[in-house]
Formats: sequence, C-alpha cells, structure tokens
Amino acid sequence: MADIFPQLQEQVLQAREDGRKLNIIGGGTKAFMGRPVDPNTDILNLAEHTGVVEYHPVELVLTVRAGTPLREIEATLAEQGQALHFEPPRLGENATIGGTLACNLSGPARPWAGSIRDQVLGIRLLNGKGEHLRFGGQVMKNVAGYDVSRLQAGAMGTLGVITEISLKVMPQPAATLTLVQDMAPGEVIQYMNSRAAEPKPITGACWVDGKVYLRLSGARSAVEATAEKWSGKILEQGEQFWQQIRDLQHGFFTATNVPLWRFSISATAPQPKLEGEWLIDWAGAQRWYRGEGQMMEMEALAAAAGGQVSLFRGGDRSGEVMHRQPEALKTIQQRIKNAFDPDHLFNPGRLYSWL
Amino acid sequence: MASKARISKLQLAEQFRAFIDPRFVITDEETLKPYECDGMATYCEMPMLVVLPDTVAQVQQVMRICNQYGIPVVARGAGTGLSAGAMPHRDGIVLSLARFSRILDIDPLARTARLQPGVRNLAISEEAAKYGLYYGPDPSSQIACSIGGNVAENAGGVHCLKYGLTVHNIISVEMVTAEGELVTIGSDGLDSCGMDLLALLTGSEGLLGVVTEVKVKLLPVPEVARVVMAGFDSIQKAADAVGGIIANGIIPAGLEMMDSHAIVAADDFIGGGYPREAKALLLCEVDGTEEEVDEHIAQTEALFHELGATSVRTSRTEEERALLWKGRKSAFPAVGKISPDYYCMDGTIPRRHLAHVLTEIEKLSGQFGLRVANVFHAGDGNLHPLILFDANAPGELERTEAFGASILRLCVEAGGCITGEHGVGVEKIRQMVVQFTDEELRQFHDVKTAFDPVGILNPGKNVPALKFCQEYRALAPTQHTQTDAPHG
Ligand SMILES: Cc1cc2nc3c(=O)[nH]c(=O)nc-3n(C[C@H](O)[C@H](O)[C@H](O)COP(=O)(O)OP(=O)(O)OC[C@H]3O[C@@H](n4cnc5c(N)ncnc54)[C@H](O)[C@@H]3O)c2cc1C
Ligand SMILES: Cc1cc2nc3c(=O)[nH]c(=O)nc-3n(C[C@H](O)[C@H](O)[C@H](O)COP(=O)(O)OP(=O)(O)OC[C@H]3O[C@@H](n4cnc5c(N)ncnc54)[C@H](O)[C@@H]3O)c2cc1C
Repeated sequence: MADIFPQLQEQVLQAREDGRKLNIIGGGTKAFMGRPVDPNTDILNLAEHTGVVEYHPVELVLTVRAGTPLREIEATLAEQGQALHFEPPRLGENATIGGTLACNLSGPARPWAGSIRDQVLGIRLLNGKGEHLRFGGQVMKNVAGYDVSRLQAGAMGTLGVITEISLKVMPQPAATLTLVQDMAPGEVIQYMNSRAAEPKPITGACWVDGKVYLRLSGARSAVEATAEKWSGKILEQGEQFWQQIRDLQHGFFTATNVPLWRFSISATAPQPKLEGEWLIDWAGAQRWYRGEGQMMEMEALAAAAGGQVSLFRGGDRSGEVMHRQPEALKTIQQRIKNAFDPDHLFNPGRLYSWL
Repeated sequence: MASKARISKLQLAEQFRAFIDPRFVITDEETLKPYECDGMATYCEMPMLVVLPDTVAQVQQVMRICNQYGIPVVARGAGTGLSAGAMPHRDGIVLSLARFSRILDIDPLARTARLQPGVRNLAISEEAAKYGLYYGPDPSSQIACSIGGNVAENAGGVHCLKYGLTVHNIISVEMVTAEGELVTIGSDGLDSCGMDLLALLTGSEGLLGVVTEVKVKLLPVPEVARVVMAGFDSIQKAADAVGGIIANGIIPAGLEMMDSHAIVAADDFIGGGYPREAKALLLCEVDGTEEEVDEHIAQTEALFHELGATSVRTSRTEEERALLWKGRKSAFPAVGKISPDYYCMDGTIPRRHLAHVLTEIEKLSGQFGLRVANVFHAGDGNLHPLILFDANAPGELERTEAFGASILRLCVEAGGCITGEHGVGVEKIRQMVVQFTDEELRQFHDVKTAFDPVGILNPGKNVPALKFCQEYRALAPTQHTQTDAPHG
C-alpha cells in the first residue's frame, strides 16, 4: 500500500525531457496482449502504486490506486459482501485494476452486469505533459465535461498513466446456480439469445465442447424457481467452471499454443465459417477461435458478423493485432493521442502501429 | 473557435436549398422564433437560419459547407434540454434532426433497436413492447425528448439506478463529423478495438459530432414491478433509509425522494393519497421475477419500519403502482402551480451527504429569500432542487441564479458534481471552473479539437473558454480556492 505518484510524475517529466519512451506496466500479466513493445522503451512500473483510497460500502463506490492487484480489491469487497460485477479476468496473480481498465477486460457476466468501462465512475490520469488530471468522480451520475474515464477502456495505456480509479461496486448475489446440457453448435445461438430475452436472473451463457452452460444469480427464490422451469441439469462445480472461463484457464485456452482470436460480434450472428475449435461466451457476443489464420481474412469474417476481431494471443504479432480502424476514426484517434500525449511517450505502437 | 463567416445568410440559404427541400431551410424571423431556446427558456438567441435535412447525405453536405466557411452548427433534437445546450448561435445555424423520426429496425432475438436520432424516447419502449422488451433509460421528459438528444446529454431517468444511463444502453452510433465524414462508432459486438469513442461521444452535448443513427439495447420487460411508498418525519431518517436499502443488498429499480414542499404540492396536484404530514417521502420500486420481488418487497417494508417510517404503503396492483408514482411524475408541473417560475438544478452528491446537503440548501433558501422544493433520484444521489421564483419580480432571476450556483458549489464540496444528467450547456458553464482545473479544461478543449479542428460544433457550450476562467473563478459564489487549481 503505497502512493508513489511523485516518482511516477518525475519519471514522466524526465522521459519527456530526455526524449525517451515509456512502457506502462501494471502486473505485467497482459504483456502478451496488443503489439510487442519496442525494447528501447523504459519501464514505468505501477505495481507499487497500490492501495484503497476510499471505500464506502453504502455508496457502492470504491476508489483505488491503479496498481492495486485485483485479488486485493476483491478481498476488500468480499468482507462487505460486495463484488466487481464485471468479473475482471485474473490473467495471473498480479493482474491490476489499471491494466484491466486499459485493456477493457470483463468476465462472463458482461452482457448483463456490464463491463469495467460501464462501472468506471472516474479516474486520475497522468498525461504526456506530466499533468495530473481528474475526470469523472465518485458519484453514479456525472455529465460535466467529456467522459475521459471511459475513453481509457481499450486504449491500452496510450493516452497516459491511469493513477487512480473510482468504480461502482455491487452486492454479491445471494445465490448462484449453473445449468448445463448438451447442445449442437447449430442450435446454441438461438437458444442462448431466447433465454436472455426472458426476464429471468441470467448472468452467464457459454458454449464449449458440445455443452451449453447457463448461469443464474440473484435472489435465491428467483434463481431456484428459474432453474426449475428451464431445462438442463445443475452443475455441481458451477463456480469453478465460470472462474476458468473468466481467467482463460479452461482447457480450451490452455490446451495448445495455437493462436487465440477474439471475435466481438453480434450475439445472434451465425457462427463464422471457419473450421477449428470455438468457445462461445456472452450469449454469442464474444467468440473465441483457436487456430491459424490471416488477420485480413479474420476481419472480413468478423465484419460480416457485425463486429470486430483481435489476435488475442500468439500468432504473428508484427503486423496489426487489433481490427483495423476506418480512415476517419484512425485520424480522430491519432489526434486524441496527440491531445493527451503530444510527444508520444506512452506505449508507442502497443495498440496500433500508428498510435 | 469558428472564424467569422465569409458568406452571407442569403448565400448560405441558397447553397442549402440546392440540396434540401427549400421549405426546410428556414430564414424568416417568425418561423425561426420557436428555435431560439430549448427547455431552459431563460437563455435565448436567434440563429442565422435553421435547416431540417432528412437524409444523412444532406447532413454531411451541410457540415461540409459550414466547416468550409467556419459557420457554427447547433444540432437540435426535441429541444427539451435543461442547460441551454441547444440554444442557437447568433452567427450560426440550427441543424434540426426532427425529420429523422423513424424506428428503422427492431431485432427481438438480439434485443436491439436501430433508430433515427429524432425518435422519441418513449416511442422506443412502446414499439419494443410488442416483443416483451423495453428501452431502459427513462427521462421524465420521455414523451418528447429524442434519442439523439439523449445520447448527446447521456440522459438518465428514474430507472437508471438499476439499468444504467444512456451510455450503458447504446451499442453503436452513426455520426457525421464536423468535416462531414460519416463514421460508425461501436459495432454490433459489446466492445470495439481501440479507444472507447462511444463513451466519449455520449454526453458530449453536440460538440463532437452530429448523431444520425443510434443502435440501442433492449431489455426484457420484468415480470412484476411493485413500489413501496414510505413517509418519514425527518430528512435524515429518509436519507438513512436510502443507504439502508442498498446496504441490505437490494438494488431497487428506482429510489426517489421528495421533501415536504414537494409532497404537499404533488398531493394537491393529484388530489390526495400522499402523506402530507411527512417531512420526506421515499418511493422505492423493486422489479424482477415474482419470487424475487416478493422477497425484496418484504425486506424493504421491514427495513422502512425499522428505520422509523411513519407510514408505509405498497402497491398491490398495476393501477395502485401507477397511482403511487403519479405524484412523483407530476411533481414538476405541481411545483409549477405553486410558483410562477422554477429553476431546476441537477447536482449529484455521494448519498451519505444527502441530509447534510439538503439541510444546507434549506439554510441557503432562507438566506436568498427563495423557496425550494426537492424531488430527486435519491438512489444515485442526483439532486433536483427546484428553486421557486418569479421572473417578473425585479432581481429575482439573478438571485435565483446566484442561489443555484451556491447549490452547485455545495455539491462539489460534498464530493459530487455540478450536473448528473442535464448537462453543462450554457447554463452551468461558469460552474465548470468549480469542478475542473484549467489543465483539465484545456484537455477537454484538446479533445474537442481532435473531432472538430475548426470549432464549428456547438461552440461556446459545455467547456468554458480558458480566457474566461479567471473571471469565473473570481466571481464564484463563496471564496474557496482549490489547492491544486492554478489560476489564470
Ligand atoms: C492465455 C494467457 C496466458 C498467460 N500466460 C502468462 C504467462 O505465461 N506468464 C504470466 O506471468 N502471465 C501470464 N498470463 C497472465 C497475464 O499476462 C498477466 O496476468 C497480465 O499481464 C497482468 O495484467 P496487468 O493488470 O498487470 O496489466 P499489464 O499487463 O501490466 O498491462 C496491460 C496493458 O495495460 C496498460 N496499463 C497497465 N496499467 C496501466 C495504468 N495504470 N495506466 C495506463 N495503462 C496501464 C499497459 O501499458 C498494457 O498496455 C497469461 C494470460 C493469458 C490470458
Ligand atoms: C420536464 C423535463 C424533464 C426532464 N427530465 C429529465 C430526466 O429525468 N433525465 C434527463 O437526463 N434529462 C431530463 N430532461 C432534460 C432533457 O429532456 C434531456 O437532456 C434530453 O436528453 C434532451 O433531448 P432533446 O432531444 O430534447 O435534445 P435537445 O434539447 O434538442 O438538445 C440537447 C443537446 O443535445 C444536442 N443534440 C441533440 N440532438 C443531437 C444529435 N442528433 N446529434 C448531436 N447532438 C445533438 C444539442 O446540440 C444539445 O446540446 C428533462 C427535461 C424536461 C423539460
């Protein structure tokens, strides 16, 4: 638990003066994501910038320094019967909240509980001029100024160093149950989405290895009554299954070294025509594909399914690994980058080669 | 900032009439008049002209021409905004999206709706109801306000505590940039690669682009919704009950509070049913499955009794639920009946300071000699103090504005913000310096420039020009300097 802001600011100002570049690192657990970082960059380490700044359980608001590990945050919340409803993936022991926001990572409950981006209320950001800025706040509703806090989600640290984050937290559900049944891949999209369209306490819908898993959580009576109405049998180790999906520790992810692609597409899009292994999560809105492929070819499939693709892990990372941006949006993002980080100090080329 | 126009009003109108039906290029005083203000009628300005295109290509062409000549463009939805965000610019045009009023497509399986920007908020839920679905955010103005305006203001409503604000309920937006480019922000997936421009655009008050299409999420209509109405003999007890509900693990669909002035006004307006003697009233709606609602209603009732409620009444039927909500829903017009004018504030505070802030507002009310009624979203700490005044009484409007500014400062000092859902517009632009430092404001300007290099989109709104900030800071209601706010 330490506030190392003065050192962080000093390092940024120094790098600016020396014309050096900085690679922002939280726990270093998502180092495989994005594009490789130029080995000539200096490291700006957030791992020591930790600790809960403020936590008022009754407000449902938590403010923490960005280097705080997720495990520490979740332990603090659990003491008060609360949790992060976006279920941040723990891609390693040291995964931090700052890295989670920068990569916009959320777990299986995402379609129902929202993403980390949805739960962020405010941040403090150290920009490329070394200015420490505060955006948003610690309240649920705040429309003063532009939403710079949520802009960080997915920016992968290219706009500055997130030093502090305020998040909405939620009560832990009173009860959780998982239903499992066999299902052919051709039926699963229709099935998951029609379940999601019912007013029932669903918080997970995943298909892998020929089985569909639905998770129910909320008031005990509602969860039990729904489980009785819906088909499928109750999975004893339900929690463990969802945790493995969340942390990419399920056999699907750990079995081989072949490249892992993430399709973020329309929940109801037919399965892209691509031979190989698939895992369907988020009731169809997030689909993981394991296999070799060309970025261009994958982009075409994702676009046809109403969404985008990224080469999540492995494969050829020398080119772009994120779905390409149309020219007009590329220009806007380059200008935004210049607005926050005029000397391009932070994470050069991590998100896109041109950023 | 936009440079001075190098084209006359008539030349400009002529250019527009070349590709827009001439009846929808308005230049005469009389027809322009209704556009001089939005819902915040104390701020008025006549525009140079108004255009009402009806295709996206026309919107692009309008933007290209205005960008070329540096002509300010104020997008306008339904004009219900409460911060003068849609107030015209004297040397600019109003770009009305009123003719874009079609629901393009509803996909019941994917639970989405594709909308033109001028579609009314309520119309979405009415159409979606055919499929057992609805659109979450429900601003009190929902019969009139447009989805484009909702995106521009990040509108909220009574049900946002559980279902989120506009930003949580939109999937993608099609937008025309200041330079006339058509871009899609977001996709049919739940996230997109790169910076989250969709979030940045939401709540940007028409300063970053013109929204020409919106895709929203739809939710299944809950099986049941019931509301508990509880009266309390002090604000403090009601405020504690708000915290108590949430600490108990219940996230109500809506949790609203009214103070005694608002209770009496509403009760008179609807002809009875509200506990007139109460100092504070809570309306707590719980929704979900039958089982869940029964469980949570029982807990809520017990908790209200335990925390000293003087009366507790729970709706048993849909009719009764509508009845209990009726007073809250008509609170604004009800207050309008007891005063010639009212001014609605919109600060948000951490809930734990509710009682303190409401007590301070009551004190300020005495100091300024103006009555104030409170009706607000207690669950998320979004206050709506209504200052009652008479615009015809000399000096009262100025006093009202000063009172309002003091309330906003109070909100910021309590750890909150100057606007929860109505936006900054022109109305709160001076208060931006209370919440932000000059460096932060400069960062906002730089973001704006990234989208709009010439500065034609809604100039002068939302973020104060840095050259005025020193003056605004000096004129701020109470002397209180922010330690980390460099002046000038
Ligand atoms: C399939 C798979 C395999 C894995 N294999 C391994 C393995 O072999 N070994 C291992 O150790 N881990 C492994 N992991 C775990 C993973 O690499 C780490 O858990 C993760 O990198 C730590 O994340 P972090 O939160 O520390 O973010 P980081 O990885 O530190 O950062 C992620 C991104 O966010 C940015 N960022 C971080 N903090 C901030 C901030 N405060 N402000 C602005 N930007 C910021 C960074 O610049 C970077 O772009 C694996 C994970 C997966 C999914
Ligand atoms: C009685 C009453 C009750 C209200 N209750 C609520 C409430 O509960 N919650 C709430 O959040 N608000 C409330 N409001 C405020 C208002 O209704 C909302 O801000 C609404 O979102 C404005 O929508 P509009 O279509 O009227 O926009 P307008 O007033 O026309 O415009 C508002 C702003 O949006 C911009 N804009 C409009 N359309 C577009 C577009 N297509 N592209 C880009 N920019 C655009 C304008 O330039 C302007 O800055 C209330 C207003 C009234 C009068």
